[in-house]
Amino acid sequence: MERSVIVNSVSGESEAERRKDNVLRTLSKVSDKVMSGFFTICGSASIALVIVITAFLVSSGVPAIHEIGLKEFLLGKVWQPTAAEASYGILPFILSSFYATAAAVVISVPLGILTAVFITQFAGEKLASFLSSAVEMLAGIPSVVYGLLGMIYVVPAVRNTFGLPDGACLFAAVIVLAVMLLPSVISVSASAIRAVPHEYTEGSLALGADKTETIFKVILPAAKSGISAAVVLGIGRAVGEAMAVMMVSGNVPNMPKLFGSVRFLTTAVASEMSYSSGLHREALFSVALVLFVFILAINLVLNLLTRKGKN
Amino acid sequence: MNDRNTAVRRVKSGALKASIYVSAAIVCVLAAAIAIVVLVKGLPHITLQFLTEKPSLLTGKIGILPNILNTLYIIFFTMVIVIPLGIGAAVYLNEYAKNKKLTGLIGLAAETLSGIPSIIYGLVGMLIFVQFCGFGTSLIAGAMTLVIMTLPTIMRTTEESLKAVPQSYREGALALGSGKWRMLRTVVLPSAVDGIITGVILAVGRITGESAALFFTAGMANEIYGFAQAASSGNAGSTLTVSLYMYAKERGEFDTAFAVAAILLILTLLLNFGAKYAQKHFAERT
Repeated sequence: MERSVIVNSVSGESEAERRKDNVLRTLSKVSDKVMSGFFTICGSASIALVIVITAFLVSSGVPAIHEIGLKEFLLGKVWQPTAAEASYGILPFILSSFYATAAAVVISVPLGILTAVFITQFAGEKLASFLSSAVEMLAGIPSVVYGLLGMIYVVPAVRNTFGLPDGACLFAAVIVLAVMLLPSVISVSASAIRAVPHEYTEGSLALGADKTETIFKVILPAAKSGISAAVVLGIGRAVGEAMAVMMVSGNVPNMPKLFGSVRFLTTAVASEMSYSSGLHREALFSVALVLFVFILAINLVLNLLTRKGKN
Repeated sequence: MNDRNTAVRRVKSGALKASIYVSAAIVCVLAAAIAIVVLVKGLPHITLQFLTEKPSLLTGKIGILPNILNTLYIIFFTMVIVIPLGIGAAVYLNEYAKNKKLTGLIGLAAETLSGIPSIIYGLVGMLIFVQFCGFGTSLIAGAMTLVIMTLPTIMRTTEESLKAVPQSYREGALALGSGKWRMLRTVVLPSAVDGIITGVILAVGRITGESAALFFTAGMANEIYGFAQAASSGNAGSTLTVSLYMYAKERGEFDTAFAVAAILLILTLLLNFGAKYAQKHFAERT
């Protein structure tokens, strides 16, 4: 108000113009309020979405667990939902997911960390940026493409090397998963290594350690929390991967054997959802709920690690 | 004694150094092999007819035009919703929220969303959008599912570049008499456009490569839709990745699968290049 009065006295604005000015100011105030409301809604969207997702998964997953019995469901070794005497044990899925994840991480993590060391410590600028682009490309390749390559190359290779009737097995899934984990392990550990202060390296070199010793005894221990975050991220990826492993694992709900056809938590949901009904369908929602709980636990660990890293 | 120690140290160092070089070489060869195999096996099968027709069981013809269109439709629908939503959430976090606990909770929620595997998104999308909202198996239901999935990406990159906008810009705008929204619209958001674009490119990449989340939400049909049809509920359609899965796993058409894989690989490379270029371009400008 005050400003417009001053302006008016200087330029001699008419009454109509002053009114227009006021309307504009009110409009701006209203739009401020409206937009502030809009932003608040957007901000709370992610919280609301997590709640909605959890609510839908719990409400559709719990009834079947209740009906089957938690112990029967989690520890039962036989999954035969369509048999005359239906049996809903998901232990084979849980163990298969667990073994495949553990094995893929064991292969992928050392390979990934050493590559990250090469990119950050040994490669020249051009080579490092080329390698980073290659890693980014690997990260961007859709999982069905990895699945396709696994079907065409890994599965026959496993069959021929080990003399199996069918190469689609846990081992093939592990190989494909290990390759798929590499890019995230490499990029997260590379940034953890880059964050280690230069003084550490210089101090170690000044004390007479050579470059390799410095890397393994000073830099990597200093980057520990970032590297563990890379490992946990890899675990999350491996547990949650569905399409690629579905294409190479044979998809039979056996108890896991290295060269046997297996089914995972993810692929159980993906492969049967389209034709299931009744309790069978509800049991699949329960499988998804179990997977969701695992993922939440892994996320929690990841969160703690990244917090620790920031401190 | 001293000499022996030094020798042992040398050997150890040498072995570790060798393992570093070998690992890098393995990753390098792997990346090159994957790119070459996909391109060599895929590119020869990409013909004009392949790109511009729809598949027909009667004539045995194979074409991926419907899948290309469906991918574009899903990207478009997802972006129309997720861009304002993600930017809005980032603006709220960085410009409005004063409660540390609440922002912490929102950050935690976003991290949780980004950690959920796509197969669970597929299932939840089916429960919420296909059944509960009644969209049926449709492109729209698929796009809605992907909105939830890509929200954290857009939020994170936008928030990062909002943080990089100097506080003095805001103070200057406010001191000139601008309201908060006007300040955001004319000063803050234009300065944060690099993060928004990077986020959009990353999200488009994720959508292009997504399959598990679309399986039960967008479906597997290979029809050619106009825009209005694609935007209405009940019209299912498979994207490039889903069609790759169907051709490889269900129909054993590996030539077609590799052709689609080659297209996806090229798109991936282009998007990576685009994201890098955007970052560089804006880094130089500011």
